[in-house]
Amino acid sequence: MNLNPSGWRPAAVAPSSVTAAGTLTGNRALQLEEKLIFEIGDGETCGVDFPEMEAAPESRLGVFARSAPIGLAGLSEPETVRHYTRLSRQNYAIDCGIFPLGSCTMKHNPRLNEKVARMPGFAEVHPLQPQETVQGALAVIHELAEWLIALTGMHGVAMTPKAGAHGELCGILCIRAALEARGDARKVILVPESAHGTNPATAAFAGYAVEGIPANAEGRVDLDALQARLGPDVAAVMITNPNTCGLFERDMKAISDAVHAAGAFVYCDGANFNAIVGRVRPGDLGVDAMHINLHKTFSTPHGGGGPGSGPVVLSEALAPYGPLPFVARMADGHYRLIEEETADEEHPASFGRMCAFHGQMGMFTRALAYILSHGADGLRQASGDAVLNANYLLHRLKDVLHAPFGETGPCMHEALFSDAGFADGISTLDVAKALIDEGFHPMTMYFPLVVHGAMLIEPTECESKATLDQFADALHSIARHAKLGDPALRQAPIHAPRTRLDEAQAARSPRLVWKEPA
Amino acid sequence: MRYLPLTDADRTAMLARIGAPSIDALFADVPAEVRLDGPIRGLPNHAGELAVERHMARLSARNLPAGEVPFFLGAGAYRHHVPASVDHLIQRGEFLTSYTPYQPEIAQGTLQVLFEFQTQVARLYGCEIANASMYDGSTACWEALCMARRITRRSKAVLSEGLHPHYVSTIETMAGFHGDRIVYNPPMLVPNTDAGTLISAIDEDTSCVVVQYPDILGRLPDLARIAEAAQAKGALLIAVVTEPVALGAIASPGELGADIVVGEGQSLGVGLQFGGPYLGLFATREKYVRQMPGRLCGETVDTEGRRGFVLTLSTREQHIRREKATSNICTNSALCALAFSVHMTLLGEKGLRALAAQNHRLACVAADRLKAIPGVRLLNESFFNEFTLLLDADARQAVRRLSERGVLAGVALGRLYPGRAELSGGLLVAVTETASEDDIETLARQLEEELA
Repeated sequence: MNLNPSGWRPAAVAPSSVTAAGTLTGNRALQLEEKLIFEIGDGETCGVDFPEMEAAPESRLGVFARSAPIGLAGLSEPETVRHYTRLSRQNYAIDCGIFPLGSCTMKHNPRLNEKVARMPGFAEVHPLQPQETVQGALAVIHELAEWLIALTGMHGVAMTPKAGAHGELCGILCIRAALEARGDARKVILVPESAHGTNPATAAFAGYAVEGIPANAEGRVDLDALQARLGPDVAAVMITNPNTCGLFERDMKAISDAVHAAGAFVYCDGANFNAIVGRVRPGDLGVDAMHINLHKTFSTPHGGGGPGSGPVVLSEALAPYGPLPFVARMADGHYRLIEEETADEEHPASFGRMCAFHGQMGMFTRALAYILSHGADGLRQASGDAVLNANYLLHRLKDVLHAPFGETGPCMHEALFSDAGFADGISTLDVAKALIDEGFHPMTMYFPLVVHGAMLIEPTECESKATLDQFADALHSIARHAKLGDPALRQAPIHAPRTRLDEAQAARSPRLVWKEPA
Repeated sequence: MRYLPLTDADRTAMLARIGAPSIDALFADVPAEVRLDGPIRGLPNHAGELAVERHMARLSARNLPAGEVPFFLGAGAYRHHVPASVDHLIQRGEFLTSYTPYQPEIAQGTLQVLFEFQTQVARLYGCEIANASMYDGSTACWEALCMARRITRRSKAVLSEGLHPHYVSTIETMAGFHGDRIVYNPPMLVPNTDAGTLISAIDEDTSCVVVQYPDILGRLPDLARIAEAAQAKGALLIAVVTEPVALGAIASPGELGADIVVGEGQSLGVGLQFGGPYLGLFATREKYVRQMPGRLCGETVDTEGRRGFVLTLSTREQHIRREKATSNICTNSALCALAFSVHMTLLGEKGLRALAAQNHRLACVAADRLKAIPGVRLLNESFFNEFTLLLDADARQAVRRLSERGVLAGVALGRLYPGRAELSGGLLVAVTETASEDDIETLARQLEEELA
């Protein structure tokens, strides 16, 4: 039934189309349709008051003064508040319910963190203020760095990377700088096929050839295949541990020893570090570099896809090559930024700067507040609860969903299922969309690639047993329908703000900006 | 441990269901010799909300926030007034705590915002299309160079002397690993940029010319002339805008012929935050869409024909193309993009122009007042809201001493270009709407006393 054939414009909807479920406006009670700002605002409306301007001195813009209009639409303050409030209600968020995206890790966002990040001493300081006027901000960076080093058992940490993938790049650049320092021009980075897609992209972006390493039948790195490939051309191996099949790489120490014996380095994708905090230190596993997604392991809001923050912990062998700037604590208790000016004496092997300024301060304050709230005992309990929750879901669902590695040991913080057993014509996508109608955010779909039709579920430690049971009950029921081939699944979702969106059309003829109707 | 909902009874029941004796037993795959048995030594245990808040407040109090003193720092990070409704709206949980919109049917809020944001950025920059944001201006600038390399298949980049030195460092670092050749000379303290020198460096190997507008000293380079010269040699012009508010008063880079425009969006909605998180803006011509890095939000329809939005063209991205991806960038700065977009919506065309006019007027007032001080000269007569003063003294020392007198006077060029004695008298002064005329007078008096 086509309830609103003309889309967003109510004027074009004939009254005869009003049914029990359809409305004149396209709105459905609390669920309100919202036009674009360019359709409701105009060039004259403004939601900010400006003081009457005194006569301006002569303009210094010369020939550069703007003459053409920009084409921006403005709204008054109440219209603005309504526009964005209405839009917000078309979003599912962790504040609304479980957000079990495997390998993405969505946690509760404590509001204390938001309060702390907005303290004027952190939010309203400029990155180039005299260092004497930002000692507290530098202390935050240093204190967080110390925690990261302690929790990972590493030697140093680069705080500036702006997201996980930026951290990967930082780690690989440290490895490259270390190899160059010993005159060793290795050209290949090995990446197991279960790795995040950013890993091979990062290696390539840093100028390396990328070769895959297969997984064994247990969903772990095939140690024999890895050892067979190691040689004098291999610069590094990038491993995700716990891996994207939700498993701990049991052979990690043996892998590291083999890699080191071959003169190469071990990069660990730390996106899943939240599963092992307080349980094992990557430094003890022989890791040389690992980024930590602060937003995954230590909770930051990540509103709709960023910002992130990706500090990189480094082994003793790599720490000298870390990027500028970084914060040092002086003997007298003062903090100082080591920048280009003094780097020649104090950090001569640094590979340089990888972004303007000092990293994601607003994320550092949130992460530190979270770490202090949990403490050493709480972080350990959190990783334990995350793993418990994932294993609980694995056990509640493996009678109805195929769990490819369900028998190879406990899963870590995420449970992996496949589409094996679904009736023909029913896909992982259908199951995910059916979960939407039940009021849940779906799991990660089609990742990792090593499993057909993968469903990767990560509940995190933030979910109660009651929530897990509700989620498991819903997914259990949907999975049974999927095995029976219920065609209704292919129509899901029917209760979301939108039914299935045509992604093929969006890619075929991209419309990336709004244009005035002709 | 207030963030953990499981009770001990829950844990016991769940372990029974799994058939495991304890939580520790679930870590059986971690080899015993590396397993940690108790909380990590030397680290404190959990703390209540009050205690954490107190600790952080103490650290916050050890900083001098911009709002407490007359404040004139810029150089790539600007203090503007952010309307209260911006922060209110970005703190709505449905925006704040959602993830990347992988399920578009229940992420239309974020997706529509990104589509509106892309439109705003494209229009502000005078370009056809924009992406859904990058980490910050400096990394967006490097990504633009990579894009120019992909398009032109050349690997020499010419950077103007007026490009922010941290952006230059970022580029030089990355280029060192890519084998790209970078041509760059630090700025000379002259009133106007020298397009001639820049143009003479462009040749048949040049992929792009990178020009900041307004530049690091506050000067306004002749983008149109450089664009023409670059394109005549088959190179692209990358324009870099670190102060987007300027575009309310000066012609857009796209209008002047830039092929790629990148910059920092922090000025609108985001705040200073000691350098991050910030917001990279990125716009270009439609024909380069498949070479553009980062996320893109596109319009489409659902099965009922209703307009909706999705992340699109992901075949350029790392999760599909892996080592062949246009970039390894994965996340963006969606929440900062939201803040930027809300602020931009509140301003609208009229407001952005009014804000820019107010910035420019105050900067003119400040420049006229400051250049009258004995021992002070104004380098550039042409500027938007930031200009360079030449002091008959070391500007870094002056800035430090003025901060002790309760004025944050600007950014000394010596901080940005350490080791370049010829620049040590340079002081960059940024004047936004947050500076009152009293603040300007205070700065002038204190500087007068300092130099006397």
